[in-house]
Amino acid sequence: MKELLGVVAAAVIAVFGAADAFAQDKVKVGFVYVGPVDDFGWTFRHDEGRKAIEAEFGDQVETTFVESVSEGPDAERVIRQLAESGHDIIFTTSFGFMNPTIKVAKDFPNVKFEHATGFKRADNVSTYSGRFYEGRAVIGAIAGKMTESNIIGYIGAFPIPEVVRGINAFTIALRKVNPEAEVKVVWLNTWFNPGQEADAAKTLLDQGADIITQHTDSPAPLQVAAERGAFAFGQASDNSQFAPEAHLTSIIDDWGPYYVERVRAVIDGTWESEDTWGGMDVGMIAMAPYASTVPDDIRAMAEEIEAQIIAGDLHAFAGPINDQAGNEIVAAGEVMSDEQLLTMDFYVEGVQGSLPN
Amino acid sequence: MSLTITVSILVSVIAAATPLLLAATGELVTEKSGVLNLGVEGMMLMGAVTGVAATLLTENWFAGVVTAAVAGAAFSLIFGVLVLTLRANQVASGLALTIFGTGLSAVIGTPFVGQPLARLPVFDAPVLSDMPILGPLLFGHDVLVYVSIGMLLAVAWFLNRSRLGLVLRAVGESHDSAHAIGYQVIAIRYGAVAFGGMMAGLAGAHISLALTPFWAENMTAGRGWIALALIVFASWRPLRVLAGAYLFGAVTIAQLHVQGFGIPIPSQFLSALPYLATVIVLVIISSNAARVRLNAPACIGKAFAPAA
Repeated sequence: MKELLGVVAAAVIAVFGAADAFAQDKVKVGFVYVGPVDDFGWTFRHDEGRKAIEAEFGDQVETTFVESVSEGPDAERVIRQLAESGHDIIFTTSFGFMNPTIKVAKDFPNVKFEHATGFKRADNVSTYSGRFYEGRAVIGAIAGKMTESNIIGYIGAFPIPEVVRGINAFTIALRKVNPEAEVKVVWLNTWFNPGQEADAAKTLLDQGADIITQHTDSPAPLQVAAERGAFAFGQASDNSQFAPEAHLTSIIDDWGPYYVERVRAVIDGTWESEDTWGGMDVGMIAMAPYASTVPDDIRAMAEEIEAQIIAGDLHAFAGPINDQAGNEIVAAGEVMSDEQLLTMDFYVEGVQGSLPN
Repeated sequence: MSLTITVSILVSVIAAATPLLLAATGELVTEKSGVLNLGVEGMMLMGAVTGVAATLLTENWFAGVVTAAVAGAAFSLIFGVLVLTLRANQVASGLALTIFGTGLSAVIGTPFVGQPLARLPVFDAPVLSDMPILGPLLFGHDVLVYVSIGMLLAVAWFLNRSRLGLVLRAVGESHDSAHAIGYQVIAIRYGAVAFGGMMAGLAGAHISLALTPFWAENMTAGRGWIALALIVFASWRPLRVLAGAYLFGAVTIAQLHVQGFGIPIPSQFLSALPYLATVIVLVIISSNAARVRLNAPACIGKAFAPAA
């Protein structure tokens, strides 16, 4: 069903694209999404980025998107059809679109491609991703100030560097403001399973946590926290509507500024293949409005941390950082390199249990 | 481990077991009549999405639950027409029903994504709910928890003690004999399929209205398949279905607690435990072919064409 919709959408785009290729010199921008635009998470945020392009450039651009494209052969067909129908720049917004993007890009050297979260580039293919861990540093500090039991529950998807980095950034910030606090992690080995995410939240609360944070995609843990009178943080997009009483803030992916900048580069003819790993300084990561349950002094602290990260005065992985055994990984006055961040495979001091490998 | 933790673990187990029990109870009746419906996952998703839709549109949880049950039953009749009237292959038709249900529920659910709704009301008894241990175990659950146990007991009585249940089992064991002595094989199987669909619809509603009150694509996340495995696990005995559903719920919850307590067992292994348990039980049961023959309805999966 989804595949059929994708094909139909691509065919419609192809027909209309061919028809007005003669009529205008607008810059045509295409998007390929892995989920539906209204998933209130990952894809929703990318579509907000697309809308930012329209708001910025108005009549100068024309944007199209194909949603719910499955990762695999279908993706290549959709990307190819976007390229054939005269799109100047195409954003492919899921890790699994990496190989199809590279393949199609070879056949269309004049079309620019932008692939999210991947690592393969070409002369006409850029990659981009967000430093989501900077947001984890902000919520870690909030959790450290607000916890009473000094146990924070963390629901992880897969034990990969991306998620481990989030846990460690959170824990470092947590213990900077509250050295007594510890993080309890439960792994689910899935990005999305609402029932299990809810069960995991219940488990963590039963075991003494009073704040829940998650690196999985459904709002179920927030709802459980609300039911039990605990607090929680949302994921990828502002999730406050699901549990206004429990929701403290969410880390928001904001692709708009990056998308606007890249489309401007195409319009100006200055586009080049690049690798971007953007954080709060470029606005790619932002915090949802803090809930009224966050006391004023803690809100001020969180805003100060945001400001310091943006100014470059604070790094989420600034030394001294110890691993669980107490060995110093990063000395005082130093920060971790991007290389170390991208391959992170250990827990810092303050995380309970051992990292599955 | 303190008593309060033990009690709250048990409460979580009850919640996790309920959708499995609801779906498995329905499928048990379907299979006892000699029909194998692999579309449980699809029917659950249809129940989940229509339950959310009706609850949001009418602002009435009861309407949501009833709609989910009716939608599950109606959706199962598509399968019924295919395999009972048109005599299509049951395995292929059931798989198709799951795939169709996954897609259709996503389309129906589009306007309802991201809309929170109130959880199903819970049943609290004055004074009794405050009893230590027994209070939280017996009370404070949503209505579908009680329905799931009530329906299981009703089905156990129906299959083993009622005349119609005996007829239904006869149809499942030998449709030709049942037909020869004048029973309406096709009509009875339609009824069993619709009952299975209704229960799967309720199972979906329990997920989308009680466990995690919102709609998201594919939110049943494979529980329909576990329900199917449960039937074999229980060797088609109602009370073993009950035990199996709670055992599965317990394994699901226990693996999370093991992780939380920091017991060093790989999380990937723990996540796989419920499925591993199914495989092991299936192996044990299948090791004795006679036992499988004894319990499995003899006509399961076979199309019935009355001799002209």
